Amino acid sequence: MPTILDFERPIRELEDKVSQLQSFSREHGVDVSHGVKVLEERIAEAKQKIFANLTPWQRVQLARHPDRPYPRDYVERLCTDFLELHGDRRFAEDRAIFGGFARMDGRAVMVIGTQKGRDLKENVRCNFGSAHPEGYRKALRLMRLAEKARVPIVSLIDTPGAYPGIGAEKRHIAEAIAVNLREMFRMHVPILVAVTGEGGSGGALGIGVGNRVLILENAYYSVITPEGCAAILWRDAAKAPQAAAALKLTSRDLADLEVVDEIVPEPLGGAHLDWDQAAELLGEALKRHLAELTRIPVDRLAPTRYARFRRMGILREG
Amino acid sequence: MPLFKKNRYSTLRGAARRGIPAGLWLKCKGCDGVIYRSRLEENLQLCPECGYHYPLTAQQRIELLTDKGSFTEMDGDLDSVDVLDFAGTGIYSEKLKASKKKTGMTEAVICGTAVLDEQRLALGVMDFRFLGASMGSVVGEKITRLTEFASENRLPLVIVTASGGARMYEGMLSLMQMAKTSGALAVHAELGLPYIVVMTHPTTAGVTASFASLGDVIVAEPGALIGFAGPRVIKQTTQSELPPGFQTAEFLMEHGFIDRVVPRPELRRELSLLLAYFSGALHCENAAAAV
Ligand SMILES: [Zn+2]
Repeated sequence: MPTILDFERPIRELEDKVSQLQSFSREHGVDVSHGVKVLEERIAEAKQKIFANLTPWQRVQLARHPDRPYPRDYVERLCTDFLELHGDRRFAEDRAIFGGFARMDGRAVMVIGTQKGRDLKENVRCNFGSAHPEGYRKALRLMRLAEKARVPIVSLIDTPGAYPGIGAEKRHIAEAIAVNLREMFRMHVPILVAVTGEGGSGGALGIGVGNRVLILENAYYSVITPEGCAAILWRDAAKAPQAAAALKLTSRDLADLEVVDEIVPEPLGGAHLDWDQAAELLGEALKRHLAELTRIPVDRLAPTRYARFRRMGILREG
Repeated sequence: MPLFKKNRYSTLRGAARRGIPAGLWLKCKGCDGVIYRSRLEENLQLCPECGYHYPLTAQQRIELLTDKGSFTEMDGDLDSVDVLDFAGTGIYSEKLKASKKKTGMTEAVICGTAVLDEQRLALGVMDFRFLGASMGSVVGEKITRLTEFASENRLPLVIVTASGGARMYEGMLSLMQMAKTSGALAVHAELGLPYIVVMTHPTTAGVTASFASLGDVIVAEPGALIGFAGPRVIKQTTQSELPPGFQTAEFLMEHGFIDRVVPRPELRRELSLLLAYFSGALHCENAAAAV
């Protein structure tokens, strides 16, 4: 059973009508092509109308859509010869972050991604996409391998955030993220980041310090979850839709704030409707940016990465 | 150092019963005893009975850790703006105004240069009273500029941290300060310059997950809450009881994450000593003695 969001319902109802008409046509040998054509036009119209006017909270719903392709789904479609590498060499293998060598468009890269599950069993394994310190330490280990192999790093992010748990604190998740932030600034290989679903605060940034940072059209990237923000400001998590609007977390908002460099388009209606097309659109952007980044002289990669983040912030002086 | 030389005073138990006006005394959070506010002030804001550490203002902290009159503030004219026109329960600019009035500060961190026992340093001090010392564009920019100044002038960097985390009212611009400050520290570290962090109560979330955890040496005040996620969030997420002493300075030292838990009366001396070890001043003394 695919999940259908409230605002997707009018489209789904029209689509159901189309399939009813088609099965009627098959059973009774009646030509329904005109009816189907009319309905399909209405579907296209409804999609245009609904998806041009999504609220920030609706975008968050799309970003969290359980049928949305996750980073590993993109890797499967965009990479060949993926060689997954496991473990942080210190404590454990964290399934919430995966990574390894791969070839993208023929080019060798180190790909790193967060991992959500499709069902409870998978989600237990990967902790619903929320990494422990081990995930960040594994990611750093792999990034250092990328430096050694002199291949670019591609980081694909879809996480609700780093895990707020007892074990995570006991093994100092704050330090794991902080060290990643500092060390990612020192890497002498290109780092290309794309937020493909949820960009959950420090948990996303911990593998998100890139020379370029892209975001999918319906993804979001936020300093705090809308629910968390609502709980603090309104003392009511149900005010999440208001918080989502206030936080300016949509791809459009973030492009306006120059926090992201490019918005990657999704298939109309969202990436969950067509994984292959979504992957193709993301792949086009990744390949184009990788080609640009690999032309930057090696000794300019770290300084320009710092310069990118150095200008972040808006304030008044004097 | 007048702050140090004061004698310790005993509490006046039963002050309330004896009709001493409220406002002049408080019930200690550490020992439940009654303490005069004036006694706290004379005792570095420590309970004279149990040593409970009450917060210092940034100004008091600077006086504690630097030679008299040596502190020169930098970037005191940076001002936060309500860039997102944040549609929350209150107005961000009003909250800023109220915090400025309450604290006499322009933002949650004061940065500058100072001298401690003839050793020059770049010093940043956060003050929790200012919007929970949350990190927005200005806090991030001031820490970054301070770090860059320390790099350019080959100075040791000392940051006294306290923070509730990111400043929600500035959305993603506030999250980006974590990266920015860490990037500045990468340069400082590459130059081989020492960076010392003093964690005070509470140091949490985005600040802990960036510049606060990157010190070459990290010390913390006794009992300070230090962590990434807040205890309430962890309890709610995990549905379990937190271990005793969880996320305290002592807990962090036990787990290997900070170097020392330093009671406030020792802080100045220890910081001075650390700076001397890093500067090489102490090698020279030895060499001289050998000759
Ligand atoms: Zn006490």
